[in-house]
Amino acid sequence: MTDRFEVPSGLKKTGLVLSLIGIITLIAGAVCFLGKHEETGLVRFWMGLMQNGIFFLFMAISSIFIQAAAGLAQGGWIVAYKRVPEAIGANVWVFGLLVLIILFSMIFGLGDHNPIYHWVNPHGDKVLEGKSTFLNKGMFIGFSVAAVGLWSFFGRKFRSMSIAQESAPKNSTKLYWKTVSLAGAFMVVYGLTMMSTTPWMWIMSIDAHWYSTLFSWHVFAGAFVSGMALILLWTVYLKNQGNLVLVNKEHIHDLGKFMFAFSIFWTYTWFAQYMLIWYGNIPEETTYYNKRQNGPYSFLFYLNIVVNFVGPILILMSRPSKRNYFTVVFMAMIIIFGQWLNLYLLTYPGPSGHNWNISWYEMGIFAGFAGVMILTVSKTLTKSDLIPHNHIFLKESVVHLS
Amino acid sequence: MAVKKFAIACYDDEAPLFDAVHKVRHSGYKLHDVYTPFPVHGLDQAMGLKETDLHVAGFIFGITGTSTALGFMSWIFTSDWPINYGGKPFFSLPAMIPITFELTVMFAAVGMVLTYCYLNQIMPGVKKHVFHPRQSDDLFVVVIEVTEGTDEAELMNFLNSTNPVETNVQIAEEGWWYGRFDKEEEYQKQLA
Repeated sequence: MTDRFEVPSGLKKTGLVLSLIGIITLIAGAVCFLGKHEETGLVRFWMGLMQNGIFFLFMAISSIFIQAAAGLAQGGWIVAYKRVPEAIGANVWVFGLLVLIILFSMIFGLGDHNPIYHWVNPHGDKVLEGKSTFLNKGMFIGFSVAAVGLWSFFGRKFRSMSIAQESAPKNSTKLYWKTVSLAGAFMVVYGLTMMSTTPWMWIMSIDAHWYSTLFSWHVFAGAFVSGMALILLWTVYLKNQGNLVLVNKEHIHDLGKFMFAFSIFWTYTWFAQYMLIWYGNIPEETTYYNKRQNGPYSFLFYLNIVVNFVGPILILMSRPSKRNYFTVVFMAMIIIFGQWLNLYLLTYPGPSGHNWNISWYEMGIFAGFAGVMILTVSKTLTKSDLIPHNHIFLKESVVHLS
Repeated sequence: MAVKKFAIACYDDEAPLFDAVHKVRHSGYKLHDVYTPFPVHGLDQAMGLKETDLHVAGFIFGITGTSTALGFMSWIFTSDWPINYGGKPFFSLPAMIPITFELTVMFAAVGMVLTYCYLNQIMPGVKKHVFHPRQSDDLFVVVIEVTEGTDEAELMNFLNSTNPVETNVQIAEEGWWYGRFDKEEEYQKQLA
C-alpha cells in the first residue's frame, strides 16, 4: 500500500496567489510607508513583517517539538500522520531565513535611533545600559543565528532519519534509538532557545525596559497551540484528498485534545503573568499592561482572552466535538487567528503606541507567509510515501484508541 | 432496592467470557452485570453499555463551584465586609480567579467521586452482594437476572452450554445497603 501525495493544481494555485499577494503587499507597503520618512509608517512596515514572520516560524518549530516529545516518550500515536509534522519541521529553515533577514535589517537598517529595538543604541539610558551585556547586537546575532541554525538542522535531520528508516532492515531499531537520543538533544536546544532566550531577544526586548521571567513560557504555549492547529489542518486536508488512509478519528481526537489542553495552559501562563503584575502594582511593570488593557488596544486585549480561552474551553471540551472534523478544523482556524492576535499584542503596542492597524498590510503579509507555508510544505510532502511503513510503532498507531 | 433472583456463570479466561457475553446478548436474557478481576478492554462495548455521563455531571459540579466561589467572594468583598486591600477596588476579579479555579476543581472532583460511587453503588462502609468470592481473584463472573418471564431450567442449560467452570442460582439484594462484611451471615438468614 503506497500513499503518495500529488499537489493538486488548486492548492498550488492558492499557494502561488497567496505568495504573490504577500510580495505585492510588501512592495506596496514599502512604497506607502518607507517613502515618507515618518516613524509610524516605518514601524508599521517592519512590525508587520516581523510579527508575521515570527508567528509562522514559531508555529513551524512546534512541529519539531512535538516529534521530539513523542519520540522521547516513545509515543506511537503520532506515527500515522508523522509525515505532516516532519514536512513542516523540514521547512523551518525557510521561515528561519526570512525572519533572520527581517530581524537583521531591523537591527542594522533603522539608523541611530531604532524605533523598535531601543536597546540597539541606549543613548545614556541607564536601564538599557545595564542590560547591554545581554542585549547588544553581537549577542542578538549570535543567539539568533545559532537558534535558527539548530532548529533547521534538527527539523531536516528528524525527517531524513525517518525516511532512512524506510530502507532499513525490517524491525531494525538502530535508527529508532538514534532518533530518541537526538530528540533528547533537541529538547536541550529547545529549552535554551524557544523556551528562554529567543522570545526574550526577539519579542520581549521590544519593550526593553520591562521584563518577565514567564514571558518565553507564555510565547511557547501560544506557539505550541497554533502548531498543533497547523498540523491538524494539514492532516485533515490530506485526508480530504484521499491520503493518510490510516488516520482516523482517534488521531484527530488526540490533536483536538492538544489544542484544548494547551489553550488552557496558554491562559494559565497569561494569567499568571498578568495577576502578579496586577497585584504587585509596581509602575515599571504595570506600564506594559496599562498600554494594552486601557486605551486603543483594550478591545483586542479582551478579544484575545475570548478567542484563545473562552472559545476553545467551551467548544472543545466535549468528546464528540473533538472527534468532529468540522469543529476541530473550525477551532484550528480560530486558534491560529487567536494566537496571531496574541503575538500582535505582544509586539505592536510598544513601538506603535496609539497608531495601530490590522488592515490590508498586516493581512497581506500574513497571506504571503501562508502562501510560502503551503508551497514549501506541500512540495516536501510529495517527496516520500505518507505512511511510514517501516516505523516500529506503525501498528501501535493504527490500533490506537484515544 | 429489591431482592431478586440471579443466575451466574463463571469463566476462567477472557475468551470464553467474551463468547458467553455475545451469546447472552443474542439470546435476549437480561444481563445484569459482569464481574472481572481486572479491567477487560472492549468488555463494555461487548456488553452494550452506553458511554458514561459522569463527565456531564463533572461539568455541572465544576460550574457550581465556579459560581459558588465568584458569588460568595463578590458578596463578601462588596457588601458584607468590604476591606481596602492596597487601594484595589472592592470587586477585584483577578484576585478571585485562583480561588475560583480551586473551588471549581474541588467541586468537580468531590462531586464526581460521589456520583461515581452512587452510579456503581459502592462506598466505604456500605454493603453489596458478592456473587462469587473469586470474582475479584481469578474468575470472570457473568450475572443474569432471572425475571418472571425467564425459564430457569432453559437458562441453566443455556449457561452450561457456554463452557463455564461453575454455574448457580442465587437470591440476592441487587443494590447497596448500610452494613458490614462481618454481618454477612445475618443477611443470608434474612434472605432465607
